[in-house]
Amino acid sequence: MPTITIREALNQALREELARDESVFLMGEEVAAYQGAYKVTKGLLEEFGDKRVIDTPITELGFAGLGVGAAMAGLRPIVEFMTFNFSILATDQIINSAAKMLYMSGGQFKIPIVFRGPGGSAFQVSSQHSQAIESWYAYFPGLKVVMPSTPADAKGLLKSAIRDDDPVIFIEQERMYGNKGEVPDDPDYLVPLGVADVKRPGKDVTIVARSLMVPVALKAADQLEKQGVSCEVIDPRTIRPLDIDTIVESVKKTNRVVVAEESHPFCGVNAEISAQIMEYAFDYLDAPVKRVSGADAPMPYAKNLENLAVPNLEKIVAAVREVTYSD
Amino acid sequence: MASKVMMPKLSPTMEEGQIARWLKKEGDTVSMGEPLAEIDTDKATMEMQALTTGVLRKILVHEGESAPLGQLIAIVGEPNEDINALLSEAETAPAPAKPQPAEEPAATQPQQQPEANGNRPAEAAPVPTGRVLVSPLAARMAAEAGLDLRSLQGSGPGGRIVKKDIESAISKSQAPATVQAFPRAVEAKTFQQPAVAAASPYRDELITEIRRTIAKRLVTSIGPVPHFFLTTEIEMDRAAEMRRNINALDPDLKISVNDIIIKVAAVALLQHPAVNASFQDKFIRYYEHADIGVAVAIEDGLITPVIRSADQKSLSQIANEVRELADRARSRKLKPEEYTGASFSISNLGMFGIDEFTAVINPPEAAILAVGAMSPKPVVRDNQVVVRQMMRVTMSCDHRAVDGATGAKFLQTFKKMLENPLYLVV
Repeated sequence: MPTITIREALNQALREELARDESVFLMGEEVAAYQGAYKVTKGLLEEFGDKRVIDTPITELGFAGLGVGAAMAGLRPIVEFMTFNFSILATDQIINSAAKMLYMSGGQFKIPIVFRGPGGSAFQVSSQHSQAIESWYAYFPGLKVVMPSTPADAKGLLKSAIRDDDPVIFIEQERMYGNKGEVPDDPDYLVPLGVADVKRPGKDVTIVARSLMVPVALKAADQLEKQGVSCEVIDPRTIRPLDIDTIVESVKKTNRVVVAEESHPFCGVNAEISAQIMEYAFDYLDAPVKRVSGADAPMPYAKNLENLAVPNLEKIVAAVREVTYSD
Repeated sequence: MASKVMMPKLSPTMEEGQIARWLKKEGDTVSMGEPLAEIDTDKATMEMQALTTGVLRKILVHEGESAPLGQLIAIVGEPNEDINALLSEAETAPAPAKPQPAEEPAATQPQQQPEANGNRPAEAAPVPTGRVLVSPLAARMAAEAGLDLRSLQGSGPGGRIVKKDIESAISKSQAPATVQAFPRAVEAKTFQQPAVAAASPYRDELITEIRRTIAKRLVTSIGPVPHFFLTTEIEMDRAAEMRRNINALDPDLKISVNDIIIKVAAVALLQHPAVNASFQDKFIRYYEHADIGVAVAIEDGLITPVIRSADQKSLSQIANEVRELADRARSRKLKPEEYTGASFSISNLGMFGIDEFTAVINPPEAAILAVGAMSPKPVVRDNQVVVRQMMRVTMSCDHRAVDGATGAKFLQTFKKMLENPLYLVV
């Protein structure tokens, strides 16, 4: 299998799906002529032309609404947000139109749309451009929310998202576009939505991590292994629908859980996962579920403070040692 | 900050308490650990201590009124602090039970609002003693293994019992179990320390299958504790004579026949450890010492103060303790640890002229001895009819722990020693 970056894996997924299905088209700010602010759409304008790869004005609410209308009319739009920070402007279309249309039309209009782009913390772009808002979208019934952490998952999940008949929020991590990994080159390689992946098996503690926190959790697991603590790292990959079964099965084996995320702690996805573990695996818990989240504060611009606001290896190791009563 | 004073749990079986007397009045300063009130529980009148320092701002449950465990009964705080929030909380709680409900017209009842407040006391109930911290997993594992969480020491934060504590307890309890496959060793038993201070150490032996089956079958026949009864008649002349002689040495000793019975029973129990035991569902607990419960009639019931390690105490010690405990039992001043955790009980109705009777076992003890009156009777000795002081005793046994022959052998020893009390000094 070739080793490629997440950026290249996403590009392959887009290319393969544009080629496979003529109803698929791509639009967003700078996606065509400039080939994407993060070069995810490189070469696509040249290959598929300006009817299927479309540059939009800086009007997130407008082109998100255009996308929902196109989906109602039978197309399969892929809408790129330059970052998910700007999707905040489009939330009325995403939440009030895309998420609810199937329900409110009595099943007459499905909305097979993908809203994708980078999210989470970047490097020194300060509070408004460095935030993880997956819990907003995961909150709403009608939306699916996907967050890949490896090139293979990024490709397989994006292809599944484009083929899915429901609106999908697909959040790539801004810091991770250059991460490399092996990716199958089979054009029908898919990763199903709603299925978690055990990134590393272990027996003493379960670390549930997504997106940016997956590689950090795996490094923490390496370090903890040397201290005699065996960690199982689970990446839900899809936030909604959440594969709680895989998590619960793991907790039944390990009896202790750390949930890690870079987003704010209050009302976050960690809170949801913790609550479900308590509901479904209470009798198997040997310690309270421990959350590791980003700071409960706007992202600082200063480098030293930014480093403190994003969870790191030390914080995950400390949390694991706490729930395993190791200190 | 103002803090709530809740009705505390002062006896193992207490569900509500009645304020006998407030020892402080509103406006008095109180310091932590100082007695705040006297509370009548189901067993005794107990002192309640202040858990915080401050001024007793408000008494919510007055003398003579009752409140369930965990209900707010008073507020302690700073002299000028605003306590309205706590007061309004108290108003929504159920009104304290008045002592004279019969005379109160029914029309005043609706203020109790049981619908809205039914669950409050249970919700609040911060019981100061006896709370076991345990992880959900450890609690389940302990239940499956039949382990008593109170006997375990938690290694987690704040003493929380966690998985590894249960695992080590299981591996400990299994080690002796394999030893038990061999014929019973006579010495080198190790005993665990009990939760109640001064109570006898004990060792738990997992019950065998046959014992489990016996237990199950007998319970279906006769209720949770399957009693059977063994009666024997004991010649008491020598015991009575010994008592006379001892009291002649020092009239202050005031040793009673019952004190001698307690001592003999305790010594006999040590020779028959199978009777000095209790059936505990998955194992049988054998005690190192004989802690003898002595039934004492009190005004509105009975209570069994415990003579700890009676096997090791002299007759004069036993006599003094029985007298002192019985006096305090009658004035309802016993502490819970003084009337719980016996390994065997004795009930004596001889002073009421009862010839013989059967007593009901006080669970989880394995047996109780019912002692009748001593009276002169014609008996045959060496083919001659002679008059002797005879006394009939009946032992009720928990058949799950004690079999007929086991109980009979104990009674045989008991009788032999009581008929020849010199055995006590041999």
